[in-house]
Amino acid sequence: MADFRKLRKQASIYGVATFFTIFCAFPFYWMLITTFKRDSDLFNPTNDPFILNAAPTLDHLRVLFFHTLFLRYLLNTFVVGAAVVIITLLVAVPAAYSLTRWAGRWGEGLGIGIFLTYLVPPTLLFIPLSRVVAFFGLTESIGSLILVYPTFTIPFCTWLLMGFFKSIPPDIEEQALIDGYSRLGALVKVVLPLSISGLLTVVVFAFTLSMQEFIYALAFISVSAQKTVSIGVPTELVRGDVFRWGPLMAAALVASIPVAILYTFFLDRFIAGFTMGAIK
Amino acid sequence: MDAIETAPKAHFREYWDRRRILAPVMISPALLYIVALVGFPFVLAILYSLSDATTGNPSIHFVGLRNFATILHDPVFIRSLENTFLFTFVSQALVVVLSSILALALSEDFRGKQVVRFLILLPWTAPISLGAIGWLWIFDSVFSPMDWLLRAAGLLGVPHGFFGADSNLYWLGRPILAMASVIVVQTWRILPLATVILLAGISAIPNEILDAAAVDGASFWRRLFQIEIPLLLPVISIAVLFGVVFTFTDMTVVYVLTRGGPINSTQVLASWAFFVGIEAGDLGQGAAVALFLFPVLAGGTALVLRFARRREVA
Repeated sequence: MADFRKLRKQASIYGVATFFTIFCAFPFYWMLITTFKRDSDLFNPTNDPFILNAAPTLDHLRVLFFHTLFLRYLLNTFVVGAAVVIITLLVAVPAAYSLTRWAGRWGEGLGIGIFLTYLVPPTLLFIPLSRVVAFFGLTESIGSLILVYPTFTIPFCTWLLMGFFKSIPPDIEEQALIDGYSRLGALVKVVLPLSISGLLTVVVFAFTLSMQEFIYALAFISVSAQKTVSIGVPTELVRGDVFRWGPLMAAALVASIPVAILYTFFLDRFIAGFTMGAIK
Repeated sequence: MDAIETAPKAHFREYWDRRRILAPVMISPALLYIVALVGFPFVLAILYSLSDATTGNPSIHFVGLRNFATILHDPVFIRSLENTFLFTFVSQALVVVLSSILALALSEDFRGKQVVRFLILLPWTAPISLGAIGWLWIFDSVFSPMDWLLRAAGLLGVPHGFFGADSNLYWLGRPILAMASVIVVQTWRILPLATVILLAGISAIPNEILDAAAVDGASFWRRLFQIEIPLLLPVISIAVLFGVVFTFTDMTVVYVLTRGGPINSTQVLASWAFFVGIEAGDLGQGAAVALFLFPVLAGGTALVLRFARRREVA
């Protein structure tokens, strides 16, 4: 009886896991198989679409890398991501440190206030920000994204870092101060080395959040050569009504998987930040 | 207080090290950024909504509530408002149910769990505009694999077929199917986020409680409804809160799949604000449309603050 119950439980767990894995991952399988399918196989509605009906081909990848601006989009994305990471670290680290060490309860409130700005959606601000971007002369350039993306990475990363700094005992810094370090010296030489994993989390999130962003990029940039991957692929690999499905799916797959791997490693910390300690 | 004040130090450093100076200096860049690029644009959005500014002539000339009067008489705006609620409500209701089932399954140990976890997280971890492009090809009007399956099962493309005699369903070409499609993709997108939030909550339930219930002979369903769900309620509400805020204010899925079509049947507030304010260049009306997103945001914010306060008390 107990064995039967255990077996039934096992079976239902596997059943649920299988169903959801197919639901969640099928679009990526679909990208993968399309990437390697010949056009003659792809565009034959009687062929079984789930398998390769002819020998695989690298044509779509060749077109993507050598006959589109895909590499340029990747480069733009990387430049934006790296710049946003640097700005975020320079702004969020001192802010989080100041709020955790000096401000007490008042700091907690201000910290929550800063976190809440993360919830302000791009769709509420893209119209006025398009004028702000124009004011700075950054229209149609990745500079506009470097300026605007920190508005969501700084709030989130400040909040994450506050959690990390709180876990470092203030005694360690007091000792450093007695040893003759200045406050900033103690921060750089003592606190930051102890927060490496927190800093790494911030780097990963600032980068992946920038890479995923779609709405600001769509609103601010229409020149092909300045586009990032997230808007370049959906808008440029489609010419009028003609979709180049092979290269398009290859692009979506190639750009998605590295971000997904990076993100998955750090997801638990992201969620800890989100739930704001409601879970203990 | 600080040991530094008792030690003989250079005058400059003593001055610099005082927390009264250093604390505000260190926090000011973050505040400046938020005030300049979130606070100020928000005020600007309100000013635009009261003006007749366009991309061509962005100077603010007040026209009172004219933009709001215009959009409230615009059937497309009304449609977008209704669609936004439908889109958010249905997708997030699905997310709550599905993520609960999935999180309960994933809280158990089984072989291959790490791989399953990676695959299930993909819709959230991969950039959404690229995931949606994958779905665009799945919903293709001729080569949709779902149409192929229905045809293979004899439900489509045959006389008296359950789904009609046409060889395709035209997922994104018919108003109701198009709405169902964008809802499914948004559900797909938010599901992993809700699932991991719930998983974190499940793993935080003390084992003693579950063990005690098992010893007392509580059945699976009794445990689920009388112990796990009540304990998880705060976590479920956080998951719903973020899901609703992220769905109500987003336009990525709609933009990539349908651009709001066919004939605005999937248009939502955010995408309509984009088309009016950015593509058509009517800053005033676009800003007025976008401001309708604010109440949901404000409500979400208030709830987050409540959770935060509860934590302080706990």
